[in-house]
Amino acid sequence: MQLNGSQILVNVLLEQGVDTIFGYPGGSVLNIYDALYAYKDKIRHITTAHEQGAAHAADGYARITGKTGVVLATSGPGATNLVTGIATAYMDSVPMVAITGNVGTSLIGRDSFQEVYIAGITMPITKHNFVVRDVRQLADTLRQAFEIAGSGRKGPVLVDIPKDITAAKCEYEPKPPVEQHKSADVSGAAEIAEILNNAERPVIYFGGGVPAAGAGALLRELAERAQIPATHTLMGAGVLGYDHPLNLGLIGMHGNRTANLAVHNADVILAAGTRFSDRVALNPNKFGGGAVIIQLDIDKSEINKNVTVQHSMTGDTALLLESLLQFIEPAQHTDWLAQIARWKKDDYTPVDSPDHLTPHGIMQTLCDTCEPDTAYVTDVGQHQMWAAQYLRHVGERSFLTSGGLGTMGYGYGAAIGAKCACPDRRVIHITGDGSFHMNMNEVCTAVSYQLPIITVLLNNQVLGMVRQWQTAFYGRRYSCSELDRKTDYVKVAEGFGAKGYHCETPAQFEAALKEAMTQDGPVWIECVIDREERVLPMIPAGGTVQDTIID
Amino acid sequence: MEQNKRILSVLVKNHAGVLARVALLFCQRGFNIDSLTVSETDDPGISRITVTTTGSETLTQQVISQTEKLTETVRVFELKPSTSVMRELLLVKVAANEGERGAVKEIAEIYKAKIVDLSPDSMILELTGKPDKIDGMIDMLGSYRIIEMCRTGVTALGRGIAEEQTF
Repeated sequence: MQLNGSQILVNVLLEQGVDTIFGYPGGSVLNIYDALYAYKDKIRHITTAHEQGAAHAADGYARITGKTGVVLATSGPGATNLVTGIATAYMDSVPMVAITGNVGTSLIGRDSFQEVYIAGITMPITKHNFVVRDVRQLADTLRQAFEIAGSGRKGPVLVDIPKDITAAKCEYEPKPPVEQHKSADVSGAAEIAEILNNAERPVIYFGGGVPAAGAGALLRELAERAQIPATHTLMGAGVLGYDHPLNLGLIGMHGNRTANLAVHNADVILAAGTRFSDRVALNPNKFGGGAVIIQLDIDKSEINKNVTVQHSMTGDTALLLESLLQFIEPAQHTDWLAQIARWKKDDYTPVDSPDHLTPHGIMQTLCDTCEPDTAYVTDVGQHQMWAAQYLRHVGERSFLTSGGLGTMGYGYGAAIGAKCACPDRRVIHITGDGSFHMNMNEVCTAVSYQLPIITVLLNNQVLGMVRQWQTAFYGRRYSCSELDRKTDYVKVAEGFGAKGYHCETPAQFEAALKEAMTQDGPVWIECVIDREERVLPMIPAGGTVQDTIID
Repeated sequence: MEQNKRILSVLVKNHAGVLARVALLFCQRGFNIDSLTVSETDDPGISRITVTTTGSETLTQQVISQTEKLTETVRVFELKPSTSVMRELLLVKVAANEGERGAVKEIAEIYKAKIVDLSPDSMILELTGKPDKIDGMIDMLGSYRIIEMCRTGVTALGRGIAEEQTF
């Protein structure tokens, strides 16, 4: 049948199983929005306050579902406003298709109104991108974009469509989505399993590649059969339950001392779906303290990129773990686990307080009060680290956070995407006063679409993480970090049509949270915390576990 | 770690912007580009980018695996000097008056360079060869004034028929 470019776009989205997209209209995408109007019973479009929010929403949607998130924006500023969201998704390997309109083909290259070369701008932050120059190639280009975004190591793909292409007509024929073929080179499995079987002090260190491959159950099976303790990165939270006896918790700069000690004293480290980032391997030359390191990853270029490893296998992480499991023998590692238990006993524990709010106390109250399948979405800074450390993670795809790029302002948009994807699950947005000021305007979206997202705002009146570094390494010279904003969050929430609470004690917080959980729309709960609260333990950049700061 | 000159042959789909993607990747990851040539291959759908870079074995592997990840990359491989033919073309304009002309001509003859332009005060030499041969002639011309100079950068092919180097 003959369709115009905009109708083809919408039809390809339907082919790909897309039911929700996030975006913001504008001049170059008017034709596309006209097509969306006609298909509004099939595709729900969530209009955000800002394109950045829409990009983070598509990202949140993708992280919680595992499906590819879709964001749509107009040319020029609409497109550039997506950049931070695309880069965030790229760093955390989140599947996303970003569609931008552009000025008409005849206006391209003339510095036309709202013209920008977004394909050039996003080259380093996408897996691939396309400029569509012929309507006859539009459908296949979009299909290819979905295929690239959702295959191998996932990531964002951008498709830029000039306005005349969205109006031009051509023949359209529906096609089913391409089946994703999973592959792995498992030739080293027997040898690697042998090394693990002979290990005396083995540790598993895993990251986002495990949940991305749906390999959580395989990882648990391996850890349990061979009794190997496991530590996770920010992106791996939830794969092992917080109360799992083999779970060492978070690794790295703000990881548990036990996790970092275990990795430093191990004789064999199995790194699965993780990339030895500088927040984990703070000193890449000393990571593992001389242990034999085995790396499993879907991306060949991750092997030996940051830390040199002795053994590796590349391919789909689930297939790789499956191949190892064929050769892994049951083991006990009694002495090693006893040593770890001793480290755990001596590990850092924060001090409780009955009368003022503490970061860990807030996280505990959240987990005590909210349903176990609650999704927690964070912004970036101290609150993010406290959420990573003290939330009792129990499920995969339930801790949504900007790990690689560290995007302040990520949280609200991502929470909107998560809530749209999973309306029956509770979504808690944990933020700080610094991050929240960046994109709090997205609350208007949550109000418009009646999304009952609960924002828990840890307000210490300062840029806590910046200030913490200034305390530790810059002689307490608090340059531009003590903001002391005068924002009245309750009033701002109300002004947007949301509900707000102000809490200073644990009792007030519990009461506010219980009330918030009964609301139909978004709620903000401001929690006043002390600005001297720090994220501990901490290993300074370039250090090892021996440099851990505990108080 | 040993820092060596490396020649990488990158076969890519002949699409608009593909050179920008490869060049940007090198820039983004901090890999050196010492020289770069691009041309069509016998298949008009495929172009060959020949990049010379300097780095250790580990870094070269990282360059290769990052470049392989680009959607439009067909194949990437390293060409070792012992098993490949590499050539570069030089055009150099040397200031030479009547008195100096003979000496410059002698250098050109030794290196088997061609004199492709002659004017009263200068001459242009053309030389094709391995980069070190070209370096050698430029050194020899050092006692004359080089007005302008242009090198194409290395282009290279593996010797014989090697499976991994075809497409």
